[in-house]
Amino acid sequence: MPETILEARNLTKVYGQNTIFKNINLKVKEGEAIVVIGPSGTGKSTLLRCMNLLTRADGGQILLDGEDITAKGYNEDKVRQHIGMVFQNFLLFNHLTALDNVMIGLTRVKKMPREQAVKKAMEELRRVGLLDRADHYPGQLSGGQQQRVAIARALAMDPRVMLFDEPTSALDPELIGEVLGVMEKLARDRMTMLVVTHEMGFAREVADRIVFMEKGSIVEEGSPDDLFYHPKNDRTREFLWKITELYGKKEKDKGGAA
Amino acid sequence: MFSNFVSYIIQGTAITVAVTLVALPFGLVIGLLMALLHTYGGKAINRLAAAYSLLMRGVPPIVLLFILYFILSGEINLSPFWAGSLSLGIVSSAYQMEILRGALLAVGGGQMTAARAVGMSRLQAIRYIVLPQALRIAIPPWSNEASIVLKDSSLVYALGVPEILRRAQQLSATTQQPFLAFGTAALIYFVLVFATNRGLDYLSERTKLPTHP
Ligand SMILES: Nc1ncnc2c1ncn2[C@@H]1O[C@H](COP(=O)(O)OP(=O)(O)O)[C@@H](O)[C@H]1O
Ligand SMILES: [Mg+2]
Repeated sequence: MPETILEARNLTKVYGQNTIFKNINLKVKEGEAIVVIGPSGTGKSTLLRCMNLLTRADGGQILLDGEDITAKGYNEDKVRQHIGMVFQNFLLFNHLTALDNVMIGLTRVKKMPREQAVKKAMEELRRVGLLDRADHYPGQLSGGQQQRVAIARALAMDPRVMLFDEPTSALDPELIGEVLGVMEKLARDRMTMLVVTHEMGFAREVADRIVFMEKGSIVEEGSPDDLFYHPKNDRTREFLWKITELYGKKEKDKGGAA
Repeated sequence: MFSNFVSYIIQGTAITVAVTLVALPFGLVIGLLMALLHTYGGKAINRLAAAYSLLMRGVPPIVLLFILYFILSGEINLSPFWAGSLSLGIVSSAYQMEILRGALLAVGGGQMTAARAVGMSRLQAIRYIVLPQALRIAIPPWSNEASIVLKDSSLVYALGVPEILRRAQQLSATTQQPFLAFGTAALIYFVLVFATNRGLDYLSERTKLPTHP
C-alpha cells in the first residue's frame, strides 16, 4: 500500500460570502498521478493554492507526509519547498535566465553552493529538453518552453509532490504537446502529481485516478476507464460529454485548417 | 574678472550636485520603504503610507522645506546644507514612493506567488524577485524625478545654502549683469539635468531584459 503524500481533510474555503468549496477530502498517494477536472469557476485553482498554503483554507486540514501543515505556527516556507507548483501562466522570473530561474530556489532557499546548484539546474533543464536554452530569458522563449522551464524550476527543489494548474491552457495548440510530453514522462517516472487540466487525452492516458469537481465539491472520482466509460453521476456524464464535444471540435478545426 | 565669475558659480555647482546626491538617495530609501509598506503591509500600515504620500504631495515643496528645515535645524541642530538636503529628500520621497509603487504594481502579484511557491519568504521574494524587476521598470520615471530634485535643489537657496542660484543672485547684484549671472545658472542646470537623464537612459538601456531570440 503506497503512502499518502498529500491529503486534504474536510477542506473548506470561503471568500467573503462565497463558499468556494466545502469539506473536500482528497488523498494523493506516492507515485500517483491524479487529474482534477471540472467546469471553470468550480474552485480547482483555489484548491491547489490551498494545498501548498498560497491561500489559507478556512476549515479542515492539509497533511504532507502525515504532518498537519495547516497547524498554527507551522513553517509555511518550508512546506512550499516540498510542494512544486506549475501555473497556468508560467510565472517565470522575468529578470532571470532559464538557468537562474531553475537555480534560484536552490541557492537562495536551499542554500546550495553555486557550483552544485548549476549542475542540478542543468540536469533539470536537460530533463525538460531545454539544455540549449539555459542562457535565454523568459522573453526569448516560446510559451511551451517557458512552461517547461517552470516545470524544471519546480522539479529542482526535489518536491514530494507536483501541483499543476491548467499548465497548457495558456498555450497555442501546437505547443501543448511538448508540455504534456514532459508531464507524461514525469508520471512514468512515478512522480507524485496532482493535475488540473482540460486535456482529456492526457487524463485518459496518464491519470491513475480522475476527480470530477463541480460547484465546490467532488462529485465523483475513479479510474479513467470508470469515469470516461461508466460515469455513475449524471453531472459527470454531462460534463465529459460537453468537454469531449468541445475538444473534438477543436481537433476537427485543427484538422480543417491544416 | 570673468574667470572669477565662472569659478564662483562652479563652486556653487558642486554644492548643488552635493545637495542632490544627498536628497535623491535619502528620498529613495524612504520612498522604497513606504512603497513596500504600502504594497505589502496590512491595512493600517497601507493607510498610513497612503496618508504620508497624500500629505507630502499636497503641499508645495518650498513650504515643506521650510517646515522640515526648522524641525531639522532647530531640534537636531543640523547645518543648513544637511537640513536642506535631507528636507528635500523627504519631499522627494513621496514622489519616489509613487513611482516605486507603480513599478511594484507593474511587476504584478504573480511573481510574488511564484517566488513563494519555490519556498521563498516574503522578504526573499521581494529582494530577489520583485525588486530587481520593479527597479528596472522605475528607472525612466525615476530619471524624471531625479531632474526635478536637481532643479528643486535651488530651493535650498532660501535657507542660505550657497548653491548655484544663490551665487547667481549675489553676482547679479554685485556685477549688475543679471542676464549673464542667471543665464549661466540656467545653462549649468540644463547641462546637469541633461547629463542626468542621458546617464539614466543609458542605465535603463543597459539593464533592459532581452526579448525575442
Ligand atoms: N482571491 C479571490 N477573491 C475572491 N474570490 C475568488 C478569489 N479567487 C477565486 N475566487 C472565486 O472562487 C471561485 C473559484 O475560482 P477558481 O478556484 O479559480 O476556479 P477554477 O480554477 O475551477 O476555474 C470563483 O468563483 C472565483 O471568482
Ligand atoms: Mg483555475
